[in-house]
Amino acid sequence: MKSVTKPYRPISWPMKGAGGDTGSWRAHRPVIDNQICTKCQICWVYCPEAVIDRNEITIDYRYCKGCGVCAVECPTGAISMLKEEE
Amino acid sequence: MSTVYNLKREVEKPARLTGGHRLCAGCGAGIVVSGVLRALDKEDRAVVVNATSCLEVSTFIYPYTAYMDSYIHSAFENSAATCSGVEAAYNALKRRGKVEGTVKFITFAGDGGTYDIGLQSLSGAMERGHDMVYVCYDNEAYMNTGIQRSSSTSRFARTTTTPIGSAGQGKKQNKKDLTEILVAHHIPYVAQTAPIGNFKDLHTKSYKAIYTEGPCFLNILSPCPRGWDYPMAQLAEITKLAVDTCVWPLFEVEEGVWRMTYTPKKKLPVEDFLRPQGRFRHMFKPGNEWMIAEAQAYVDQKWESLLERTGV
Repeated sequence: MKSVTKPYRPISWPMKGAGGDTGSWRAHRPVIDNQICTKCQICWVYCPEAVIDRNEITIDYRYCKGCGVCAVECPTGAISMLKEEE
Repeated sequence: MSTVYNLKREVEKPARLTGGHRLCAGCGAGIVVSGVLRALDKEDRAVVVNATSCLEVSTFIYPYTAYMDSYIHSAFENSAATCSGVEAAYNALKRRGKVEGTVKFITFAGDGGTYDIGLQSLSGAMERGHDMVYVCYDNEAYMNTGIQRSSSTSRFARTTTTPIGSAGQGKKQNKKDLTEILVAHHIPYVAQTAPIGNFKDLHTKSYKAIYTEGPCFLNILSPCPRGWDYPMAQLAEITKLAVDTCVWPLFEVEEGVWRMTYTPKKKLPVEDFLRPQGRFRHMFKPGNEWMIAEAQAYVDQKWESLLERTGV
């Protein structure tokens, strides 16, 4: 995380992961099957977390909370939710 | 850029809401906010004003924000007043040639901050005619503080202040029709939308609202998996059902002209929307059939009056 520059100012800075590594909240992990994926980018539109890369269609697991909206919305069923290992 | 929506082109724009914020997994507010901000042209900057809400506490954690644009939060009840103040300051600086480029002003507030607490400042800002967009993401209760009823909560819904028991069966009153209140302000653009399909409806309405001069208002349905008590992965299904059952019709009012933007192919019974949600579970108990009948009658009545107004 970016450290606050001195002297302390009552200003917040825009950054990714403002709430910490939210990927640790995840119980199920979305996995994309690149064989089936048609890169329609619907998952990117529906991702509430904005963690899906829009060109490569890859997921940033550092922040993905595993809500599963992408898996339900995927028109080809290329995304499956796998249980997160301990 | 034209208002014609092309998803392939929209994805090339930089994301203005970053990941790693603290909204719940599967929260509707996340897609609503990123959907609205996506309508901004690439080169334009925005000032995002936020009322106190789930969105505020989860995207703005000092000393960081999840917005790539300027962000300001002051209090629950005065987000619209704050935004109008920033807009007035911007105009003054622009007159003196101290700022360059286009800056747009967007306020996000929940239904508590819009329907109840912030209504006076919203009404004032709309009447004064500031060039701003006020976006209400409506999740139908005070989710941030523990799912208390708001004036936006639907009738019969279970909340922590309208529990199910011998004394009461959920909220007793119908939902306030805020969109109509805003139409009565005779502002240039008022719309009601929801994140469905490929977000065409949400996007075109956001674009119109942002680039129409004068005060504009968007009321966007934003399901809450905790408060509505449904599986979090069903976010899009629930939104679609709300639209297809006509519980949440999609329409816009441009310069006083009502226009329906989406008519469901087949109007589904309201039960389809109520059944997946835990907050309406008691309505399906034996002896409570009258609740569903009354909910359906209310939706039908609102839908008929909307059809009449839009002239469909």
